[in-house]
Order: sequence, then structure tokens, then C-alpha cells
Amino acid sequence: MIELDVRRLMCPMPVIKTQDRIKTMAPGEHLRVTCTDPGVMQDIPAWCRINGHTVLTAEEIDHEYSLIIEVGG
Amino acid sequence: MRFRLNVEKVMATQRKAVALISGGLDSLLAAKVMLEQGVHVEGINFYTGFCVEGHTHAIRKKDKAKPKRNNALWSAEKLGIKLHIIDIIEEYKDVLINPKHGYGANMNPCLDCKIFMVGKAKEWAEENGFDFIITGEVIGQRPMSQRRETMPVISEESGADDRLLRPLCAQNLPETLPEREGWVNRDELYDFSGRTRKPQMALAQKFGFDDYAQPAGGCCFLTDKAYSVKLTDLWASRGKRDYEIDDIMLLKVGRHIRPKPHFKLIIAREEGENNFLQGYKKQFITLRTMSHKGPLTLLDGKASDEDLKLASQIVARFSQGRDAEAVDVEVTEKGVSQSYTVTPLKPDEIEPSWRV
Ligand code: SF4
Repeated sequence: MIELDVRRLMCPMPVIKTQDRIKTMAPGEHLRVTCTDPGVMQDIPAWCRINGHTVLTAEEIDHEYSLIIEVGG
Repeated sequence: MRFRLNVEKVMATQRKAVALISGGLDSLLAAKVMLEQGVHVEGINFYTGFCVEGHTHAIRKKDKAKPKRNNALWSAEKLGIKLHIIDIIEEYKDVLINPKHGYGANMNPCLDCKIFMVGKAKEWAEENGFDFIITGEVIGQRPMSQRRETMPVISEESGADDRLLRPLCAQNLPETLPEREGWVNRDELYDFSGRTRKPQMALAQKFGFDDYAQPAGGCCFLTDKAYSVKLTDLWASRGKRDYEIDDIMLLKVGRHIRPKPHFKLIIAREEGENNFLQGYKKQFITLRTMSHKGPLTLLDGKASDEDLKLASQIVARFSQGRDAEAVDVEVTEKGVSQSYTVTPLKPDEIEPSWRV
């Protein structure tokens, strides 16, 4: 699992960072993104749907948001 | 039979266009018109730091309950195309600080901004093997950047030249490369012009788009008067036209009061802003009322002991101790705190000219 910490960044920066990280990854690999902007709970899944990646889990713990993404082919 | 021929033609020579997607209706329609003509379209969206999309919903508490969707992502999903979001915060500074073509009604350098974005899209197209660029521009739609005279300026100065196609008003403009080469059919493009939104709304209906975004001011905070005043004030007080991303963010938050040219107070207006400003405690002098409940305040600039006393009196004014004889205010700089006991300013002692 690759980790991406984008806490304190505001949308759309977490989406941009996720996009740029995923560009360097292979299909099937997993990325965990940790954020503090609640907007990511909408924006990252939308970005994944558009670009063919899958959000495996998305959860909020103590005002932090954590999403696990499987890179698509 | 005719259908089969078309399919074969498309398969043989499917051309690729990169579409500037702002999240508004026009760019959505322009991209859709291309898709209808069998062009492969992918979207590109630029983040300048001033975009209306995003971040403010993370600050104010009342906005948190209903997070705002990102309209560029929404558009791409509606269209079924990929969207590439590009961070241009650093490069955009030069566009905003030194716009060759000047500003619009506020601090919006729309013409330079468009030239810059189309130029970036052109670079991206070259790197990614795309044939041409499309935008949702319409002649006469916007007073600064979308006029008959500015259309060729954008094409030329961006370097995109005749690889820039505006599907919504192409019939009012000279033929471009994609039209000449038959990659797209000029007869099926549009001739929209002027400020009216009716043709766009009719086309949206034809394509079955509802629920699209209709931002009043355009794509960014720079078209907003109050925001532009704050930005101009920031530059004037620093004696130079420059900014960091934190400056841009802080201009969107709180009440801004400048009692002296050399310092400004940013006072949280509600809990969400309070939490947001907490994140800046290490970078700024902070003030908080101790004897009464009150908002967190950042002090931007330099302040003498006299200044801190005045700042404390202002902060006290916005606390629950506003009518009290004395309010204790704690001032913290780089982890070191000192306390001031002050009488809150009266409402009429806060000069209207202090409010930025
Ligand atoms: S409104 Fe803002 S983003 Fe849109 S063209 Fe003008 S300066 Fe650029």
C-alpha cells in the first residue's frame, strides 16, 4: 500500500496530488489518501469514476478522511 | 449503409481534442458538440488558487453540511470523458501580477488568463498526442475576454493558432484547421453570439443536461469585488505585488480589519473559520479573549506594544465581552504569550475605513 498524506490541503489540491501519484503507479496497486478537507469524499470518488479507478473504502475518523483506491488498468 | 460508412471513417481517423473544462455550461456544451461529431475528447482543468471550485466549503461550518460538488469533475462525468486537473498556482502569479492586457472590472486578468490556459492546453496536447484544442468561448459573452477582437488574440498569443476551435461560435469565425481538414463538420457547429444565454440553454436541453452550474461571477474569486479589494489592500500594505497560496486562502476567510497601514486583523466569524485559522497559529501573531468567549484572530504584519493593545481592544469588541468594562486578551507570538486587559472599542470607534 502506498500512502499519500494531503492533510491541510484544500480541494482540489488533494485530487491533483492523488492524480499525480496514481500516474506513477501500476494497475492493481493500492493507494491510501489521508485528507482533512471533507470535499474529498465527493471529489476523489468522482475523479476515480471518470478516470477508471476504484475507491475500495472511504471513511472518516476524527475529522480526517481516508480513502483507499485501487488503480485501474 | 451511410451509418456504416461514418463508423468506418471515425474508426480510421478518430481525432483527439483537449477541451478546457471550467465547470460551467459553455465548456460542457462545447465538449459535447465534439463528442457528437465522433471526436475523442479529454478535459483539462486549471487550478489557479483563485478558482471558485473547492476549498471554501471546507472552511465555513454552514457549508460543511452540504459539500459543494466540483463542477469540472461533474461536467467530465456527465460527458463520460477523462479530466486532467493541473496545478498552475506558481505560474499563474505572473499572469495576475503583470497582465499584458490589463484587468477587467475587478482584479480579473481574463484575457491574459485565457491566453495562458490555452497555451498550457496546447503544450499538453502536444505532449499527449492530441490534434486540437476546444473552448466554450462565445463571441460577446463576456465583456473583457470574449469579444470578436479578442478571439484571434487568444489564438495567436497562446500559440494554438488555427488548432483552437470554439464549437459554440465557430460559424462566426474563420475556418480552423480541424474544420479545413474535415476532422469536424463546420455545418454542425454553432454561431452563438452576444450575452444572451438562451441558445446555450436550448442546446443543454437538447443534450438532456439539467442541473448544470451557473456561477454568477465567472470562474474565479478575482471577478469578485470584495475579494479584489482585499487583494489590492494586501499588496499596498506589503509594498509589493506578490502572494503565496496561504495569502489567497486567508483572503477568503474572516473579517479583515486594518487599523494601521502596517498590520491587519483576520477575525473568525464562526466556528468553522475559527478551526481553519487554528492551522495558521504558528505563522502569525494570534489573539484570543480569555475572560469571555470570542473568535480566534490572526494579526498579519508588524505590531508594536501600542498596536497590540489596539488590536486587543478590537478583538474584545467581537467577543462576548463587547459590553464589559474589561476583557482579558492573550496575544501569542512564536509560542510566547502575553496578556492585555482592555476596554473593548465602542462600535463607532471602529472606523469604517478600517474594514477591508
Ligand atoms: S474569471 Fe478568472 S479564471 Fe476565468 S478567465 Fe477570468 S481570470 Fe481566468
